[in-house]
Amino acid sequence: MGDHHHGPATGVTRWLFTTNHKDIGTMYLWFSFAMFLLGGFFAMVIRAELFQPGMQLVEPAFFNQMTTLHGLVMVFGAIMPSFVGLANWLIPMMIGAPDMALPRMNNWSFWILPPAFLMLASTLFMEGGAPAFGWTFYAPLSTTYAPPSVTFFIFAIHILGVSSIMGSINIIATVMNMRAPGMTYMKMPMFVWTWLITAFLLVAVMPVLAGAVTMMLMDIHFGTSFFSAAGGGDPVLFQHIFWFFGHPEVYIIILPAFGVVSQIIPAFSRKPLFGYASMVYATASIAFLSFVVWAHHMYTVGMPVAGELFFMYATMLIAVPTGVKVFNWISTMWRGSLSFETPMLFSIGFLVLFTLGGFTGLMLSIAPADFQYHDTYFVVAHFHYVMVAGAVFSMTAAVYYWLPKWCGRMYSESMGKIHFWISFIGFNITFFPQHFVGLAGMPRRIPDYALQFADFNMMSSIGAFIYGASQLLFLYNVIATIVSGERVSDEKVWDGAEGLEWTVPTPAPYHTFEEPPLVSKPAGTF
Amino acid sequence: MSSNPSTATGHEKYYVPESSSLAVRATIGLLLSVFGGGLMLNEMTYGSADDASYSGWVLTAGLVFFILTLTSWFRTVIKENIAGLNSGQVNQSYVLGMFWFIFSEVMFFAAFFGTLLYVRQLAGPWLAGEGEGGRMNDLLWPGFEFTWPPSITPQETVGGADAQVIANNGDFVSQEKSMAPADAHAWYAWLPMWNTIILLSSSATVHVAHTAILAGDRAKFNRWLGITVGLALIFLGLQAAEYYEAYVLYGLTLNSGIYGSTFFMLTGFHGFHVAMGMTMLLIQLVRSVKNEHFTASDHFGFEASSWYWHFVDVVWVFLFLFVYIL
Repeated sequence: MGDHHHGPATGVTRWLFTTNHKDIGTMYLWFSFAMFLLGGFFAMVIRAELFQPGMQLVEPAFFNQMTTLHGLVMVFGAIMPSFVGLANWLIPMMIGAPDMALPRMNNWSFWILPPAFLMLASTLFMEGGAPAFGWTFYAPLSTTYAPPSVTFFIFAIHILGVSSIMGSINIIATVMNMRAPGMTYMKMPMFVWTWLITAFLLVAVMPVLAGAVTMMLMDIHFGTSFFSAAGGGDPVLFQHIFWFFGHPEVYIIILPAFGVVSQIIPAFSRKPLFGYASMVYATASIAFLSFVVWAHHMYTVGMPVAGELFFMYATMLIAVPTGVKVFNWISTMWRGSLSFETPMLFSIGFLVLFTLGGFTGLMLSIAPADFQYHDTYFVVAHFHYVMVAGAVFSMTAAVYYWLPKWCGRMYSESMGKIHFWISFIGFNITFFPQHFVGLAGMPRRIPDYALQFADFNMMSSIGAFIYGASQLLFLYNVIATIVSGERVSDEKVWDGAEGLEWTVPTPAPYHTFEEPPLVSKPAGTF
Repeated sequence: MSSNPSTATGHEKYYVPESSSLAVRATIGLLLSVFGGGLMLNEMTYGSADDASYSGWVLTAGLVFFILTLTSWFRTVIKENIAGLNSGQVNQSYVLGMFWFIFSEVMFFAAFFGTLLYVRQLAGPWLAGEGEGGRMNDLLWPGFEFTWPPSITPQETVGGADAQVIANNGDFVSQEKSMAPADAHAWYAWLPMWNTIILLSSSATVHVAHTAILAGDRAKFNRWLGITVGLALIFLGLQAAEYYEAYVLYGLTLNSGIYGSTFFMLTGFHGFHVAMGMTMLLIQLVRSVKNEHFTASDHFGFEASSWYWHFVDVVWVFLFLFVYIL
């Protein structure tokens, strides 16, 4: 079948027909950034409306569509695909494989994403408006009382699920089957480990989400009564199924972020990762526990006390492996030869703010206390600390860290640092006050609020605009780097960087490791 | 597990396919199907904006395009294998891919089995006044008693849609008879029992076919694979008969409350998977009979299909237990 040593094809078909993991990774990354901006735009609409009490800019119904689409686009469109893009770029290079295990399926799992989101976004222009029931789409809001566009929402979720499952199968097959000789499981970089475990989680729970939306579809169009008590079903059943998916989903988002930080902190501490094996076991424990804690999202739904207690203790248990990770990162930095380039700044930002988000999570896990916090802005603050300062910060760190390897050019360090500080400050101005308004009783998902919340909400909105604007700076920095950044040719780029991806030329050639390298050193050693 | 165990951990040059239009074509097919299907459902439920509807055509075009693309995709993979491009390591990727695909299917069914158990163990008794939800019965569904299979829906108990407006998707009408053995008019006329025997036998026959190809006996392989496909066809025929019985004779429909919902969801999706598995096996049979594909050491297309078939069989065993017997 001819010679396979070829560079990229030219024109648009390069991207449409590609089977190259680097091309596909690039497409995932750009797509997810586009979705990040779209979801961010929805967030700006929300914060603009909440700038002052009273109704200013949008109708309540449209406000609800914004909160719904903001959540869906950010979770399924921005964060998840961005880490899949990272996996595509890095996993083959980190384990010494020529490509992903199933390259054509890899291309397919990317290409069904953009049309699915086009379909989801098009619901905004449909009769009855876009889905307005929150990203958790609880029945019966999402069944009996849903707008007709819910049908397309359901199919969009189906397609996203198919994409995630195919992507995960690809990652599992790649990691299990394509490691270079000598690359044993316990020599794999932490990023590969976290993604392997994430992929298991995805294959296990995305089908359950597909089942949930399929039952919604049946209730809406075929008269079944899964989520209708009148027919003997139960709307609470929806919540159980949704959160059986939804809680592992949270770790699907954050585990790859853990992996990224576990690569970057050792590089800029110039020390191997502290407690590598315990990191692996902690990741696996978190993944296991994520299956038995889902009902902590539903404390106020009327569960038996025994259920509340079980889910409360199981949830608190997660703090143990998470704590292992946090202390390992700190120990890695301890007495290291630290330097604070942009990736390191974002990683430390991640470490501090994610830990804060973890602590508020612990507060929320306490069932009796949750009756006060439930569905307030305290919850909003909590999950933005782990989603934005956790997942998005680490993703940003990853882009700065590997961008020179990808394109052979160095980003502007000063602009990167400015981006970090504006993001860090803007983020905290946005979300820190939300803890207070939440504790004081401001409910989430409302377009108007009582007067006593006005000041903190104005702060929040100003912070959100600052944070949003800083992402444009990020975009500019990345484009400027690719177009006209200073060239780097050093294979390692960062003097403390370790791993196979730093042994290939810079910029990384179109095909790497067509002949597998021989690996002898353990992960992350000097 | 693999037919080439010696090469499973080998590190030959891994075959990375040339750029390919398959993925984009499959995307177009999938998206057209889904979009057309969505339009069609919405027209059915909410009414059509205009008389001339094109949704059916979009759906059909999408499905045809999608199936054609998948066909040429598999054809490409088979050709690559015959051309000797697939090393043991590539084959191992296909093995892993199939295994984890089946695992994802297991989790898909787990959602519906979980629903069934939740309804039977928690939701149903609570609607009838047990446990923490005790007050629900007095306030919302006075007089509702829960049995399985349920004889009446909560809504019928309180007197139809007018009397009860909470969480109401429509009028639910309970079935006159359930599909449980107690409601069958004679044991030999209880179709699920025959279907269990048929499907378990088909798992055995497909295994005989597997041992035949391992021994290089193509005639025996074709014969037993053919028998398996035949059994699958009989199963689907009996299930169609059972659905007829349910809809026409027992009044058991999708509108029959939660019993009908779970019954049709579980058996329907299982039946769909049987049809898929049968198609897969049929394709392998045609490949073997017509093109003499498969050898004693290289027959993963068949092996993957047979794994799928065993999976469908195991799902049925659970279905037989939890939907029909218990």
